[in-house]
Amino acid sequence: MAEQARYVKAEKDGAGYWSANVRIILVSLVIWALVSFGFGILLRPMLSGIEIGGTDLGFWFAQQGSILVFLALIFFYAWRMNKLDREYGVEED
Amino acid sequence: MEQFTINLLFVGASFALYIGIAIWARAGSTSEFYAAGRGVHPVTNGMATAADWMSAASFISMAGLIAFTGYDNSSYLMGWTGGYVLLALLLAPYLRKFGKFTVSEFIGDRFYSPTARMVAVLCLIVASTTYVIGQMTGVGVAFGRFLEISNTAGLLIGACVVFAYAVFGGMKGVTYTQVAQYVVLIMAYTIPAVFISLQLTGTPIPALGLFSETVSTGAEGNVYLLTKLDQIVTDLGFASYTEAHKDNLNMVLFTLSLMIGTAGLPHVIMRFFTVPKVSDARWSAGWALVFIALLYLTAPAVGAMARLNITELMWPNGTSGDPVSVQMIETAPEYDWMLTWQKTGLLDWEDKNGDGMIQYYNDASDTMAATAAANGWEGNELTNFNRDILVLANPEIASLPSWVIGLVAAGGLAAALSTAAGLLLAISSAVSHDLLKGQLTPNMSEKAELMSARVAMAVAIAVATVLGLNPPGFAAQTVALAFGLAAASIFPALMMGIFSKRINNVGAVAGMLSGLIFTLVYIFLHKGWLFIAGTNSFPDTVDGSMFGIQSTAIGAVGALINFAVAYGVSMMTKDTPQEIKDLVESVRIPAGAGGAVDH
Repeated sequence: MAEQARYVKAEKDGAGYWSANVRIILVSLVIWALVSFGFGILLRPMLSGIEIGGTDLGFWFAQQGSILVFLALIFFYAWRMNKLDREYGVEED
Repeated sequence: MEQFTINLLFVGASFALYIGIAIWARAGSTSEFYAAGRGVHPVTNGMATAADWMSAASFISMAGLIAFTGYDNSSYLMGWTGGYVLLALLLAPYLRKFGKFTVSEFIGDRFYSPTARMVAVLCLIVASTTYVIGQMTGVGVAFGRFLEISNTAGLLIGACVVFAYAVFGGMKGVTYTQVAQYVVLIMAYTIPAVFISLQLTGTPIPALGLFSETVSTGAEGNVYLLTKLDQIVTDLGFASYTEAHKDNLNMVLFTLSLMIGTAGLPHVIMRFFTVPKVSDARWSAGWALVFIALLYLTAPAVGAMARLNITELMWPNGTSGDPVSVQMIETAPEYDWMLTWQKTGLLDWEDKNGDGMIQYYNDASDTMAATAAANGWEGNELTNFNRDILVLANPEIASLPSWVIGLVAAGGLAAALSTAAGLLLAISSAVSHDLLKGQLTPNMSEKAELMSARVAMAVAIAVATVLGLNPPGFAAQTVALAFGLAAASIFPALMMGIFSKRINNVGAVAGMLSGLIFTLVYIFLHKGWLFIAGTNSFPDTVDGSMFGIQSTAIGAVGALINFAVAYGVSMMTKDTPQEIKDLVESVRIPAGAGGAVDH
């Protein structure tokens, strides 16, 4: 009986860990798309009023800004997931 | 000392360094050689990944493409860095947990099908061969300039060197050699950029210099570098540097193709299989991008500043004054680079109207027609300026000291050689290990396996050299096609293998094949069959193309087709067996990851 309960709990936790992971991935990818495809390309006309260094903010995002955000995203994900691993006790030994 | 001698010294010294480290590291321990990256800190691993990743396309070609197109080619910058986000979030940790060495092994196991593994190998070979063609273009440019011979002769000599390098082992797998290559490469890229940024803007950091004001030049006062560049290029009838001239659809699809392709390239993914832990796989992707970003944040500055320098050299008295004279090009020291590059056949000029001056302007522009008629110009006289020479010529264009020029030569050769050799190794191990030993002739002896690897390498380099003589585009453009192919075939299969338990063997095979074939046929219809010029059915322009999508951007569409077909076919066929569902469950959780195991 106790064995059964532990199995069910582990199963539930496994599912919880995975859905939490998928949620973090989704949020990160929304930001990923927003800074590159959004600010860098599609939304550039909307940002054209914001001037930066002789051009507009969209140009900066397309050539540099998006890269900086990508970096932040990867490090955030690594940090967040390593924390999540410990919360669910699924980290490596 | 002659520039040629200085170049020779720098190239020789850098190669002596790589070989020295390789010998030292190899003598240390043999097992470390095979399990590259095991026990190596994520920072070191990231640096080695960056060296592996940054090839002739990134180093030699990309800034030139940005320089002559401006904003539109930002796709290269976003695409080749944004892919690391996909890699870090969607693939790296899970493939590390899976714990084998190659991408095709994962696909073969996850889709419980030797056919799937074979198809993955096929996709890998097609994408990698295209990639090598682009690298060979860069190798030709670098060797042509370095030896001061024609581009074609440079390409042939370069091919022999790459082959020898790859057979020797390519020094791949020796992480510390790659770290040394990275250091040489990044210094060669950033040092001239720092000099030029100081000259033009007084800012020592090129990435900031791009958005700074130019050093005051008399009456004009302080203007932003980009404003000045926009002004000067539009004066000559060229498209403005900072505005968009490409439609959004093509730009989005092109960027997306490069991103997905980055996450689907086997030689990059492989590095994450062998890091010590799953959590290290996550960090490693980040560190790799840190080191890549150092070059990628500098590249747009290199492009813009070089474009400004070139234009000002061609119009030393401003765009409304007299242009440079033929006599000046032939005698003045600051134009020496034009004479050296002319020898490679990648740069040329012609005094069409015989006025003793070289008018550089956009003769296709309507606004320039009147100016040209009034001044008696008979077309653009800077008749050939190959985009791929820009980065290598950059320090000469800016009249930098000769040791900087030598350093850039060493960096360019390192970038082109290491990635070309690495790809050849990937192709040869796919053929000998995955295809022959894994499937067709499992009883093959080790000696025969090694022999077939060499033969595969020789065939691949021969094909790439022949096609590289008449490349389908500049180095980075050809490489972009390779990314499209990887995006359409490998990435979707890997992602679905991890994120869905329902995609089965039939679905995966159908998906990979439809993605690959669709993309390959679309590219061939626009670039010529097997990239042979003249055999294309559609012109390779946005307006003339089949679906209004350029061939470089089609990989993203191929990837969507791959996802859709795989899903549809899987739904209509038998569900995956329980042990595969268990396998998927296990790769999703870091706990229990052992070391990567050989097979």
